[in-house]
Amino acid sequence: MEIILSAAIGVLAASGTWLILRPRTFQVIIGLCLLSYAVNLFIFSMGRVMLGVPPIMPRGGFVDPTAYADPLPQALVLTAIVISFATTALFLVVMIASRGLTGTDHVDGAER
Amino acid sequence: MTVGPEHLIIAPIVVPFLAGALTLIYDERQRRAKLGIGLVSCAITLLAAVELLVRSKGSDLTGGNDIGFYLLGDWAAPYGIVLVVDRLSAMMLVLTGLLALPALVFAAAGPHRQGQHFHAMFQFLLMGLNGAFLTGDLFNLFVFFEVLLAASYGLLLHGGGVAKVRAGLHYIAINLTASLLFLIGVSLVYGVTGTLNMAQLVQLVPVLTEAQRPLFHAGAAIMAVAFLVKAGVWPLAFWLPAAYAAGAAPVAAVFAVMTKVGVYVLVRLSLLIFGAQAGASAGFGAELLVAGGLLTVTFGLFGTLAAREMDRVAAYLVMVSSGTVIAATGIVAGGGPVGVLSAAFFYMIGSTLAVSAAFLLVEPMRRLGGEAELITDTVADDYDDPDDDPRPEVVLALPGTVTILGLAFTVSMMASAGLPPLSGFIGKLGMVQGLLDLASVDGWAWGFIAVLFLSGFATLVATLRIGIRTFWGTETTEPPRILALEFAPILFLVALLAVLAVKADVTLGYMVDTTDALLQPTIYAEGVLGAPRAEEGGP
Repeated sequence: MEIILSAAIGVLAASGTWLILRPRTFQVIIGLCLLSYAVNLFIFSMGRVMLGVPPIMPRGGFVDPTAYADPLPQALVLTAIVISFATTALFLVVMIASRGLTGTDHVDGAER
Repeated sequence: MTVGPEHLIIAPIVVPFLAGALTLIYDERQRRAKLGIGLVSCAITLLAAVELLVRSKGSDLTGGNDIGFYLLGDWAAPYGIVLVVDRLSAMMLVLTGLLALPALVFAAAGPHRQGQHFHAMFQFLLMGLNGAFLTGDLFNLFVFFEVLLAASYGLLLHGGGVAKVRAGLHYIAINLTASLLFLIGVSLVYGVTGTLNMAQLVQLVPVLTEAQRPLFHAGAAIMAVAFLVKAGVWPLAFWLPAAYAAGAAPVAAVFAVMTKVGVYVLVRLSLLIFGAQAGASAGFGAELLVAGGLLTVTFGLFGTLAAREMDRVAAYLVMVSSGTVIAATGIVAGGGPVGVLSAAFFYMIGSTLAVSAAFLLVEPMRRLGGEAELITDTVADDYDDPDDDPRPEVVLALPGTVTILGLAFTVSMMASAGLPPLSGFIGKLGMVQGLLDLASVDGWAWGFIAVLFLSGFATLVATLRIGIRTFWGTETTEPPRILALEFAPILFLVALLAVLAVKADVTLGYMVDTTDALLQPTIYAEGVLGAPRAEEGGP
């Protein structure tokens, strides 16, 4: 489980990093998407990797915290997903504006 | 629940938020109304910030230090999000307020007509800035960073055009990547310590096991990269000159404080979490901060010399200013003389005001040089229609226009370069004094001193060249049309610079106490974690 998860994060982050270093805006935005998936999975995995356990404890009495998933990273990941989705959408608009204004999809707005 | 004075702490966040939302209701044609709302919001925020600053000075009983807390949703400290206002936060809030007001007035002279939703984005930017200065929680800090960044993307693109879109594309891409790094750092810190509360981190860092420490350091370092990008530190700042030079004048003037958010967070976290009490982690990254800061100043120094336009010079001056403060932070975080940091704070306030004034001066000076007409005339205004309220036509046709502009330019540049008698000189003198003490122990403090002098010299050379070309080298027979709305904010900022220099004993005294408070992070930590909930019957 840990191996699969960390390999997935690693592959996503590596591909994302390679793509954001490419000269086309489309590659950059796909790279940013992949990177944000990697980061979201990473945040999620920071609260222990557990399968099939609830994040919310019952009210009252003594409970064993090891039998529950950590709810905080789940909340953080939700926030992070919303924010990165919104900013990526904004970036897409700027990209299209840049394509329209400069007539090229190069990140510098001009072929060398 | 009554809205008592304890709720004032959240006012700098809530007021711009409500004002920004309110301006969205108004149609784009009712710019006067939007402007009015914006000005009222800025004024209220500034007043609240000043009141918070007065309160943070506390009384003799509290040792001249008072830290205010605000538990959001009344959740007890390490579990909920807490807002903290201490001397440093209050100082940054006031600085933001003092920059926002003139920038908004300047925008009323024309720039706010060049696109949609200028006022809403401006208010949301203020909300994000104030929130980042107030929060005491790492993830909440990320959220406020995103709020201010999202607003800044819109503001940078405000007005449109190839230059803005091109600079904006780079700016957004690099900031998105930096935000992802921030998230990785935050989650690593959470994974190791199990908390995101800055105060609880202060208590947990000294007791980390040896196995946990490297991972915690890695998290902190990755997070710091994100802040260094925002602060515009050398190898991470190639986006900065193009973006700042492309932004509309009032936008760039507020952006001058945006790099200071990165600086603020670095100061806060490196002195709070990696302060002297942090055991094996004490002074983590201090040398890197010094080296990075000095390289930034050096890069900015060459940049100012190479730049041919006023807006570029101002953008490089932003880098010089934040680099100086970051290097000073590194010195103090590494156990150097405390006086360096308080002088650096004083320098930071002065240089931020001066750079902001310089950005506002770009447009009038360009008109003086005869290079461009009033920008609102040349840019086609798609949103203009006959029903629009008439343009403010308060034109100062004084023959002294050129003289006043020249004087404002001279004052702001003298403050940037650090010439006596203005604030830049006092700040730099204080830093050099502290560094001289250090230099007898540590030889390379001389390098810092040299960089300080050289950066002042370079600023002087670069701005003299531009000043001579603009004010003496042009043969305009009639004085240029400059609106009173453009003059007033520039003169306001220049007057602030003068006040800062005249009242140097008061302001510098405040900075000295601020630095002393920052070097006692346990007071902050115990205060935050012991903050009483309203339900339990607070004060």
